[in-house]
Amino acid sequence: MKNAKINVSKFNFYYGDSRVLKDITIDIPENRVTGIIGPSGCGKSTFLRSLNRMNDVILGSRAEGSVMLDGRDIYGRDVDVAGLRRKVGMVFQKSNPFPKSVFENVAYGLRIDGIKDKYFIEERVERSLRDAALWSEVKDRLRDNAFELSGGQQQRLCIARALAIEPEILLMDEPASALDPTATLKIEELIQELKKKYTIIIVTHNMQQAARVSDLTAFFMLGELVEYDITSIIFTKPSKKLTEDYITGRFG
Amino acid sequence: MLKKIKEFIIERLIFLSGIASIVFVLLIFIFLLKEGISIFKTVGLFDFLSGRFWYPISDPPKLGILPLIMGSLLVTLGAVVIAVPLGIASAFYIAEVASPRVRDALKSCVEVLSAIPSVVLGFIGMVTLVPFVKALFKIPTGLTAFSGSIMLAFMALPTIISISEDAINAVPRQYKEGAIALGATHWQTLYRVIIHGAMPGVIAASMLGIGRVIGETMAVMMITGNAAVIPTTFLQPVRTLTATIAAEMGETVRGSEHYYALFAIGIVLFVISFLINVTADLFLHKDKR
Repeated sequence: MKNAKINVSKFNFYYGDSRVLKDITIDIPENRVTGIIGPSGCGKSTFLRSLNRMNDVILGSRAEGSVMLDGRDIYGRDVDVAGLRRKVGMVFQKSNPFPKSVFENVAYGLRIDGIKDKYFIEERVERSLRDAALWSEVKDRLRDNAFELSGGQQQRLCIARALAIEPEILLMDEPASALDPTATLKIEELIQELKKKYTIIIVTHNMQQAARVSDLTAFFMLGELVEYDITSIIFTKPSKKLTEDYITGRFG
Repeated sequence: MLKKIKEFIIERLIFLSGIASIVFVLLIFIFLLKEGISIFKTVGLFDFLSGRFWYPISDPPKLGILPLIMGSLLVTLGAVVIAVPLGIASAFYIAEVASPRVRDALKSCVEVLSAIPSVVLGFIGMVTLVPFVKALFKIPTGLTAFSGSIMLAFMALPTIISISEDAINAVPRQYKEGAIALGATHWQTLYRVIIHGAMPGVIAASMLGIGRVIGETMAVMMITGNAAVIPTTFLQPVRTLTATIAAEMGETVRGSEHYYALFAIGIVLFVISFLINVTADLFLHKDKR
């Protein structure tokens, strides 16, 4: 694939003895939204968390195969994992702001990077909040505790927090599954904006959402990548029977 | 009908059990007040608290507990300085750094530490620590506030460690994941997110540890030297509020001024412990909110 940002090949992932990802090979293009769908427990979240090595913290987990990011294996021996995670940002299913102010949440990634310049931080916080389409709603509430925001606002705050350290890739793990339709719509619109600057990979339970937001869609089942193609093809004329059964709602 | 009676009896029994602890606390407090308050008629509250001399059996007796308060505070302060940082650090180690096997071993050790009776700790301190302190600082006696602080720190550690550890484990996993996903290192996650989230619980743990230290009697009586003078350094014998009551209650005449004064010391201790517990509680509830 041309312009591939990430090349995954023969990637396997184990939790102890159980193999939860089986020989995944997939190329993810730059500045596109790649959706990952599949029934619960199909390994889609594990796959997403493999891309920034968030699974490393789980005891007894093990990865095989390679995940090349810009041509370098992120599972290579001398990889700076914290640096990788700064490059590959992540937004979680349940919004998880820190128990700090709105401002400090967004500034967090900059502060742990050792940045002290007040003006630089202020400027970056504002820009990140604007990029996350949250600025107009919180510009007078920057000192408020993040928990005082609504659920949808909290999730956009987490997106702003991820954007503040200028990642190249944004991983989103069912970012709208806990939100109401209005808030979901806002997140989806935001994703369309963000793909101009970032490579986005989004796991979703909701097939309509995948159809709406993603350029390419990958269908996972039982730890295997069943089919991967342009979204319109996956949803109109999939080449595999299994994919068709899933998207027409025969199971899952 | 029988069922109804049974229900009634059970309900009442549970109610009585529940109310019992309140009644006991009230009774103890009333008794303490009744016995202790009369000393203030002869000495006066201010003179009692700020009197510099505790000579209860001289004639007339001098009943000022400032040396005892200072002794208790000094020993407690020393114990806090040792136990709080050590306890919090080891709680973080157990909760966040240690491998599961090391964690289990350490937790068992902490439990064993809390199971050692204070008189045994006092005894061990007396035969090992006291001569050591004496030789180390070349002072006439090793029975000092410093020795007491060290032994008390051992007693406060289990409380501080186990409650802090609970508070650390109660920090939601999402905070940790959020920090790691932003490229925070393990130490940065600990320092910036987990400590922040666990802080109220950790403070409460420290307060409860302090409460344990200030109320402790046996070990301090054995190793602090029991001299009722206002201490100027850590390397000097001191006498605590608790040790005074324990040592003198058996020798005093019931109904004498000395007797009432000891009860009044009990009131002072009660008030101090109560304040500490209330503070700890405030922090614990802040945590829950």
